[in-house]
Amino acid sequence: MERRDYPKLFVLILPAALVFAAFFILPMARLAVVGGTGEDGLAAYASMVTTPRHFESMVATVLLSVGVTAAALAIATVAGLFLVRNRFPGRETLVSLLTFPLAFPGVVIGFMVILLAGRQGLVGTVTQALGADKLVFAYSMSGLFVGYLYFSIPRVILTIMAAAEKLDPALEEAARSLGASSWRVVRDVILPALKPGLIASGAICFATSMGAFGTAFTLATNIDVLPMTIYTEFTLNANIAGAASLSIILGLVTWAALFIARSLSGSTVAASG
Amino acid sequence: MTQETTAVSLTACAKTFADGTRALEPLDLEVEGGETVVLLGPSGCGKTTLLRIIAGLESPDRGGRVHFNDEDVTPRPIERRNVGMVFQSYALFPNMTVAGNVAYGLRVRKDPKAKVEARVDEMLAMMHIDDLADRRVDQLSGGQRQRVALARAIAVRPRVLLLDEPLTALDALLRDRLRVEIDSLLRALGITSIYVTHDQAEAMALGDRIVVMSQGRIAQIGTPRDIYHRPANDFVADFVGTVNRLPAAVLAGPDLPPGPEALFRPEDAELVGEGEGHFSARVTSAFFLGDRTRLILDAGGGAAPVVVESTLHDPVATGATVAVRVRPGGFMRLDGAGGRP
Repeated sequence: MERRDYPKLFVLILPAALVFAAFFILPMARLAVVGGTGEDGLAAYASMVTTPRHFESMVATVLLSVGVTAAALAIATVAGLFLVRNRFPGRETLVSLLTFPLAFPGVVIGFMVILLAGRQGLVGTVTQALGADKLVFAYSMSGLFVGYLYFSIPRVILTIMAAAEKLDPALEEAARSLGASSWRVVRDVILPALKPGLIASGAICFATSMGAFGTAFTLATNIDVLPMTIYTEFTLNANIAGAASLSIILGLVTWAALFIARSLSGSTVAASG
Repeated sequence: MTQETTAVSLTACAKTFADGTRALEPLDLEVEGGETVVLLGPSGCGKTTLLRIIAGLESPDRGGRVHFNDEDVTPRPIERRNVGMVFQSYALFPNMTVAGNVAYGLRVRKDPKAKVEARVDEMLAMMHIDDLADRRVDQLSGGQRQRVALARAIAVRPRVLLLDEPLTALDALLRDRLRVEIDSLLRALGITSIYVTHDQAEAMALGDRIVVMSQGRIAQIGTPRDIYHRPANDFVADFVGTVNRLPAAVLAGPDLPPGPEALFRPEDAELVGEGEGHFSARVTSAFFLGDRTRLILDAGGGAAPVVVESTLHDPVATGATVAVRVRPGGFMRLDGAGGRP
């Protein structure tokens, strides 16, 4: 790079810098400042620990996100491997249908969960017809879990399929020739090969579940996940400083999860989302 | 190393894939214990399918049987056949070190740790890669990788060693070196080995016997000398080495073979004085190779170009007419029924 190229370079980078400043740095800085200038001052940042409701909300959100991530990884790994290794009529259609949820906003997914497990839902009707109690779980953490799982699976499946297609079949055959059982092949060959993809897509799942709001808002206003708590603090309690500090903490936790995943997998996590 | 050797025997093994492709016509094959047999043929001839049937990675169509000695292993999958496999793509486990790869089969067998370590050291020393033990496999060259793959396959003392184009991915120089090493290794171990390749030089150098395959069938089984000097049919004659074909009409002189066509190898022909040869031909091109000159000749009469190698020092001019004699015994007879398979 020649020195005389610098002005040209500056002009080229200016749009990116402006966008970055306008939509990232400034709001984040403002949010951080607002979070610390409420009635409680900087203590607002400690509210995550000091206010039981905030703490419970945080724990519930993390647990939900971890559960969704684990379930999505398990289901998508099995399904993704199956789809890569088997050719059957309708396979292409199935794959494109599986990626369909990526196109839906959270509100639509919440609506679908209600249609499935709400008071008038399919699950309830079927369980009632079978003589059992009417099963309704749409308006709780379980409903949220189903909804998040629904839109997490496609992300993982696509990553797993991409990784599994690159896997040399000879690796598996070599392990088998050395006496490895199917389970050992999975443990020693397939999972290690999928590991970067699992970490990457798992991190995306976790981050998305931590921050998702539309689905929760559609299902019920009293589900205690962190984005809902932030919304409640902000709109109902007018506790702007509290909402801002919670937002910053939510952002930090999610960013930390992505950062850890990125350093574990040694690749660009965000690029695979 | 002394161990009981395993004979491999296939009876009526055919393979039809799910889409209806017939990869292998029903065939029988006997491999003696301790023998090295090379499956040779062009791509798509069924040699890899045959190897995979012996390995247990594919099962033969109904009726086909695979025996190791007197034991019917047909229903057993590969993990219960105790075979060693070496792949063209090396297939080393990227998440393990060199030593970890070599130890893998022993660890699967739950051998005691000390025994595993001793065996791994022994294998690494045998393949001259002791100093690479703690390396990751992505830090190795192609030749080193294939050595690790060999060590890994042999470490478990397999009954049969199966090698699927193990040298194809290597460059020429390395290929020659490793070929010599594999040859002495297989001889030292005395293990029954089945080696798949499309490279005839590899087949000649390594095989006690060569099985030449074409279109899912065995075209000929024999020692390298048999295959080269007494090909059973046109396919084998053309596939192994270079062969010249001339119509009987352009030939004259003693020892001519019967039949409408005469076959001979380039190295069995020599340039002679005018009137002393079996035929005369016009030189269409000449390539000086150092120790010899390769001549492409047109013998007229609509014959295909003839390749002859001359060791004469004097240059032969393009366009000149030369007389060519085939050495006594140089005309080949096809042992089999003759016709193309």
